[in-house]
Amino acid sequence: MTLFDIIALLLKLVFVLAVVLNAVPVVIWFERRGSAWMQGRVGPNRVGPFGLLQPVADVIKFIFKEDFVPKEASKFYYHVAPMIAAVAPFAAFAAIPFGSFLAIGGQQVPLQIASLDIGILSVLAFAGLEVYPIMLAGWASNNKYSMFGALRGSSQMVSYEIALGLSLVSMLLIYGTLNLTEMVVYQDQLMFGFMPRWGIFLNPIAFLIFLIAIFAETNRLPFDLPEGDAELVAGYHTEYGATKFAMFFFAEYVAMIMASSLLITLFFGGYALFPGLETVIAGIAGALQLSPEWTQNIRAAFQVAGFIFKVGCMMFFYVWVRWTFPRFRFDQLMNLGWKILFPLALVNLLFVALVIAWMGG
Amino acid sequence: MTIIVSRKETFWDKIYLPALAIGLKVTIKQFYRTLFRGESTTIQYPEQKRIYSQRFRGEHFISVDANKTENCTSCYLCQTVCPAECITIIAEERPAEENPYGVRKEKRPARFDIDALRCCFCGFCEEACPKDAIKLSRNYEMAKLTREDTIYDLDHLKREVKGRG
Repeated sequence: MTLFDIIALLLKLVFVLAVVLNAVPVVIWFERRGSAWMQGRVGPNRVGPFGLLQPVADVIKFIFKEDFVPKEASKFYYHVAPMIAAVAPFAAFAAIPFGSFLAIGGQQVPLQIASLDIGILSVLAFAGLEVYPIMLAGWASNNKYSMFGALRGSSQMVSYEIALGLSLVSMLLIYGTLNLTEMVVYQDQLMFGFMPRWGIFLNPIAFLIFLIAIFAETNRLPFDLPEGDAELVAGYHTEYGATKFAMFFFAEYVAMIMASSLLITLFFGGYALFPGLETVIAGIAGALQLSPEWTQNIRAAFQVAGFIFKVGCMMFFYVWVRWTFPRFRFDQLMNLGWKILFPLALVNLLFVALVIAWMGG
Repeated sequence: MTIIVSRKETFWDKIYLPALAIGLKVTIKQFYRTLFRGESTTIQYPEQKRIYSQRFRGEHFISVDANKTENCTSCYLCQTVCPAECITIIAEERPAEENPYGVRKEKRPARFDIDALRCCFCGFCEEACPKDAIKLSRNYEMAKLTREDTIYDLDHLKREVKGRG
């Protein structure tokens, strides 16, 4: 590893961390104002322009609150749970490609922190870690509500991970690779001459199952039973306050952004440009007389912006769904997971496998 | 008696997805309306105030004539009719040198206290008053910092109120 590589890697780390960390307050802001707009309200608009500084005010409040620990809590696990919650979704970002590559001084810098051949598996492994903080927090708090929240959360996440995994396997069969960058390259082509060859068009049923499963995985409405405000106070983080609660809250949104990035990479062509943008880039390059190297850099910038745009749309969808649908009852949740999504994912997988075998791989 | 109404569920009803799409349409419509057409139900309260009807019964006042003399003649009708017993009047004779009105305003209230915390804003005092002296304005912002401030004395009641406020 040369010095150039190390500097490039550090810059990429800083970039990803900065974008995600700054996206969270924006998403929280939109969650509040967007929900208000969907309900015909105004929402928080006093702190800063359009209320954009409201999350900052919240963070300041969380930091200065008393750091309370319940007397009977299991101290070590109680403290460790929010830390895992905050770190796990960040680690999953490492394998997600957010652009093709930059060309700097004759060297190619791939816009991905770690280009792993088993990228999708590492993302899933880190995403799977998210069940631990819920269980640890619920157990360590020594509170009935927390315990219930943790039980619900862990059973829900484990059941939906199966449907998630199976829909993913059908996509892996189509792409024929575990490498996320190669998946994006596969999708960066046209079908029938006009349609982008995105996963959603190739396998809409897998997309639907994956979408429902990530809603359950990230504990969002209509699957927010681990938190269940109506009956469980706040679920697994009932006993948490101040900064530790903020970490849980924060982790929830980072996990949402992470799940959206994965969904975009698998089903919406990841950083692949929208059809037609290539002509725009060629036009810019032609007008400014750019070298091929700089043309590639501009293309990469477009790709990063496009990726952020797609993830933003997905976050909008998250908020939109949250403020539209009522919550599931727990038995309905389990029915949907085990009796509908699981068989559907299996049949879909079989169908995809047969089609691929019939087409000769 | 139980009435069982069975509705036939079609295939599309059973998979729920069209119904979910309709639900999403409803919220996005409201989203558009509030964001781009400003049709929000809530208002920005301190800056923007809701308009109440002319008959709204809010903070009390006593009407005055051109010389800033109260119209009240301490007849005790309002104190008598008040169901919450929140009005306390102490009457006295208006000194002859201060009285250009002759017999019309011979009597005046030395004290006129309304305990706003007891008041139920029924408006009976307003109805009973033969001189249209005590009235309820349309002001509904009556929060005070101390209990003492909520007992309105004559000075407070004689404040200038335009129309019904």
